[in-house]
Amino acid sequence: MAYLKKSPWLLHYDASSCNGCDIEVLACLTPLYDVERFGIINTGNPKHADVFVITGGINELNRKVVKNIYEQIPDPKVVVAVGICACSGGVFRECYNMAGGVDQVIPVDVYVPGCAARPESIIDGIVKALGILEEKREEMKEKEKQHGN
Amino acid sequence: MSKKIVVPFGPQHPVLPEPLHLDLVVEDEKVKEAIPGVGYIHRGLETLVQKREYPEYVYIAERICGICSFIHGMTYCQGVETMMNVEVPERAEFLRVIWSEYSRMHSHLLWLGLFADSMGFENLFMDAWRLREHVLDDMEATTGGRVIQGSAKVGGVRRDISSEKLDEMVTGLEGIRGELKDMMDVFLLDSSVKSRLRNIGMLSPEDAYELGAVGPTLRGSSVASDVRMNGYAAYDRLHFEPVVEDGCDCYARCAVRAKELFSSIDLIKEAAQKIPDGPIEVKVTGKPEGEYFSRAEQPRGEVIHYVKGNGTKKLARHRVRTPTMANIPPLVKMLEGCEFADVPVITLTIDPCIGCLER
Ligand code: SF4
Repeated sequence: MAYLKKSPWLLHYDASSCNGCDIEVLACLTPLYDVERFGIINTGNPKHADVFVITGGINELNRKVVKNIYEQIPDPKVVVAVGICACSGGVFRECYNMAGGVDQVIPVDVYVPGCAARPESIIDGIVKALGILEEKREEMKEKEKQHGN
Repeated sequence: MSKKIVVPFGPQHPVLPEPLHLDLVVEDEKVKEAIPGVGYIHRGLETLVQKREYPEYVYIAERICGICSFIHGMTYCQGVETMMNVEVPERAEFLRVIWSEYSRMHSHLLWLGLFADSMGFENLFMDAWRLREHVLDDMEATTGGRVIQGSAKVGGVRRDISSEKLDEMVTGLEGIRGELKDMMDVFLLDSSVKSRLRNIGMLSPEDAYELGAVGPTLRGSSVASDVRMNGYAAYDRLHFEPVVEDGCDCYARCAVRAKELFSSIDLIKEAAQKIPDGPIEVKVTGKPEGEYFSRAEQPRGEVIHYVKGNGTKKLARHRVRTPTMANIPPLVKMLEGCEFADVPVITLTIDPCIGCLER
C-alpha cells in the first residue's frame, strides 16, 4: 500500500461490548493518535463507509442490526473486529445472550485482539484492513472488465 | 393540521458510541413522547456468577462497563468483603479512592468531549480527549491498563503506588488544572454553548427525586445526594462536599460534571497526603454466606451491587442496579416537549452508559 487512493471512512458499531473497546476506537480519532491525518473519518452513515469497525460479540437483538448495516455499506468493504469479545466472545462467551464472535454473523477481514484493544493495535488493524480494501477494489475492477468484454 | 409521526433514533447513531434506541413521537418538530428501547448490549453476565468462583468473578464485574470499570470491581469486592467480614487494610482503601477518582475524571472528560461533539463543537471535543489522555497515562502507569484496570481484588487491591509516583501524579494533576480551567471557561461561559444548553431538558427537583434520578442528573436539579457522603472506602477520612447546581437544565448537569473534575483533583491530592503505610491486601479464605447491598458513587451516579452467597465458592446471585438504569425515567421526562433537534444533547446529559445499563 504505497498510498491511499481514497480517504477511507469508517463506521463504528457497538454490538454488545462493555464500552472499553468503543472508547479506544474513539481515542484513535482524537489528538494523541489522530488517524484523521490519514484521511480516516468516523461516519454515521453506512452508505458513506468503507471500513466497518465492530466491537463486542453479537447478541441476539443485534444480529439483524449488524447484518442490516453490513448490507448497506457499498462494495468493496472490509470488516474489522476490535477486541477479544468481537473476535471470539471473550469472557462473555458462556453468557446466554451472546452469539460469540462477529464472524458468526458477517464475514470478518481483520481481527484485533486485546481487552481492551489498545489504540495502537486498532490502528494497526485498520491499516491492514485498508490493504485488503485496496485488493478487493482491484478484484472488483478486474471482474467488471471481464463482464464488460 | 399537524400529524404525529414516530421517528426512530438509534440504535446506530453518530452521537452515540453505543446503541440506544428511542422511538420519538414527533408533532411539529416537538417531541411528544419518547419510548426507550433497550437490549442491544445485553450479554447476561450476571449469570456467570454461578460459573466462576467469587474471587475470580471480579474481572467479570470490571467488564460490566469499560468506563467505570474500576468502581464496578471495587463495589463488588466491597459487597463480598462485608458479607465475609473482611477488614480491608487502610492503604488499600485510600488506593481505591485514588483510582475511583481517576476513573471519574476520565469518564467526565470523555463525556464532556462527546457532549461537545453532540453540539457540533469539534474543537472542544478534541481538547477534552487530549486532556483525558493525561489521566489515562497515570492510570496505565499505576495499574497497567488504560481503560480496564483490573486492580481491585477481594481483600484489597492488586498493586501499590509508590510515594514518589504519588507525588508525581499530584504534580501532574496540578499541571492540568490550569488547562482544565481554560476548557471549562468555554463550556460554562461561551455564549453559543449556553444557548444550546440553558433552559433545555428541564427536570424539576421534585421530578428528579420522584423518578429516582441519581448522580449529576440529580445534583443538577439541586438535590444534594452523593454516595461518597456515606464514607465508603476512605471517603470518611477525606473532606468531601457534593457539587450541586440549581439550574435543572442541560447546562446545570454539564456544570456539575465540570466542577466535579476539580473536586476529584482535590480528593486525589488529599488522599495522596494522608495515605498510610502498610499492607495493601489481606488473604481471604472461606466461603461466603449471606447477602449484602454494596453501594458506590459512579461518575454517573449511584451503583448498587447486590451479592448473595450460599456457602459455596460460587455466589448464588449477583445483581447490579446501574446509574443509567435509574436515569432513564428522568430522561424520558426531559425529552417530553423538547425540540426535535435537541434530542441528542438532552440524551447525552444523563451520560447514558448502555454497557452498564444492560450488562
Ligand atoms: S474486549 Fe474487553 S474491553 Fe473490549 S468490549 Fe470486550 S470486555 Fe470490553
